[in-house]
Amino acid sequence: MSGAPKISVRGLKKSFGSKVVLDGLDLDVGVGESVVVIGGSGTGKSVMVKCIIGLMEPDAGSIKIDGQEVTGLKRGERERLMRKFGMLFQGAALFDSLRVWQNVAFGLIQGHGIGRDEAKTIAIKTLGAVGLDPEVAELWPAELSGGMQKRVGLARAIAGKPEIIIFDEPTTGLDPIMGDVINDLIIKCVRDLGATAVSITHDMASAHKIADRIAMIYKGKIIWQGPSKTIDQSGNPYVDQFIHGRGEGPIKMEVRAL
Amino acid sequence: MAFVARVGRVVLAFLSASGRLALFTLNALSHCFRPPIYVNLILRQFVDIGYYSLPVVGLTAIFIGMVLALQLHTGFNRITGGESAIAQVVVLGMTRELGPVIAGLMVAGRIGAAIAAEVGTMRVTDQIDALSTLSTNPYKYLVVPRLLAGVVALPALVLVADCIGVFGGFLVATYKFGFNPVAYLQNTADFLRSDDVISGLIKSAVFGFLISLMGCYTGYHSKGGAQGVGAATTYAVVSASVLILTFDYILSALLFSS
Repeated sequence: MSGAPKISVRGLKKSFGSKVVLDGLDLDVGVGESVVVIGGSGTGKSVMVKCIIGLMEPDAGSIKIDGQEVTGLKRGERERLMRKFGMLFQGAALFDSLRVWQNVAFGLIQGHGIGRDEAKTIAIKTLGAVGLDPEVAELWPAELSGGMQKRVGLARAIAGKPEIIIFDEPTTGLDPIMGDVINDLIIKCVRDLGATAVSITHDMASAHKIADRIAMIYKGKIIWQGPSKTIDQSGNPYVDQFIHGRGEGPIKMEVRAL
Repeated sequence: MAFVARVGRVVLAFLSASGRLALFTLNALSHCFRPPIYVNLILRQFVDIGYYSLPVVGLTAIFIGMVLALQLHTGFNRITGGESAIAQVVVLGMTRELGPVIAGLMVAGRIGAAIAAEVGTMRVTDQIDALSTLSTNPYKYLVVPRLLAGVVALPALVLVADCIGVFGGFLVATYKFGFNPVAYLQNTADFLRSDDVISGLIKSAVFGFLISLMGCYTGYHSKGGAQGVGAATTYAVVSASVLILTFDYILSALLFSS
């Protein structure tokens, strides 16, 4: 990474009651870089991205976007900052009460103040960019398959041409072929927009494919990071155990006796 | 000692829940007076709460009016000349008390549950977080339209319920007990004062606010998937019903203290 980071996280801490989830996490993401954060369930990946995007307030630490401190922003400032972000949620999080095109156009109408007709045109064009026909635009989210919902979610995330895109488990719940289609779309969309991307995933095939750099989170801290092609030679026993999916190793799963 | 600790925990939990509800209410109220105001959403909610509740409220009101006349007739038989007061008591009972309370309880069951289920499902499927990432304030988009629609729709429903309830009493009095229709209506009109109706409308506006508030609050804070949404729905209906009866007494004491 060269130059000032697009996203800079320092000493991020977040606890829920006595459970410490983030314990002084540091992470930098460069402009136009695609960073994938891997880690087991409950290690703090989702909490980290929720803090970055402002859905959760950290207990301590600093988050800077383009050098501007964003923790503790007022609601109005936060809403303006959100125009820089797009997010693909794990379950797509499409609004069931709106048609597909209205979902994609939502941020354009509400966040960017674009008129309804123009927003619909952009929405249909964006749906085309993720491989969906214009007829899909008039359907309801409940009428779509899981893979199509992910594509619509991706279209919604990129419709406003965000500078930063967050992908939360983009391939979870999809078959391997559809997962790969989504990975290709993510690479294409991020490249076309010149956006900075932060993804969190368990899926190592996806991580290998979409990441410039991979970081591993464990017990609320980044314990290793490096170029994606070097992860197989990381020399870190935690990373080795995770990427090979081994039960034996330094990472102990919390399993209670029956 | 354990008993004292248990009581202490219950008191602390109650205070904490009350504080959360108070903050939620203040936050929601503050957004009622700040742009943007989503007029289309308010109208849609008004139709959902007002128009679609008409059948159930109307049906309940006519039976309440009918049974009130029936009970008064049998009860007032014990008092010499008491029967002549049936028209007055029916109209007074419907406008001041039964119209608002019955409509409030029916709408709490129908709409309070629906709001909690809809908002709760949006919470557990990340749709509320998605709203925030699309530069849209969830309070303004989800809570404010429901609150305003509830405050306006319930008085409108109660006006209809009052008329239908009085008509129910009229039907029983004239067809079953042989009252003179013209005299019955004349008695009703002569006895009714505008403040009887207005007090009922004030009560119903407060009830409408409480129903929407509890639906939104419990839905907004629901967690844990389908079970959490189910619990939120139950809590919304129960708490709204209890609050309606509590505020019914408080408002009656305030409005009719003189």
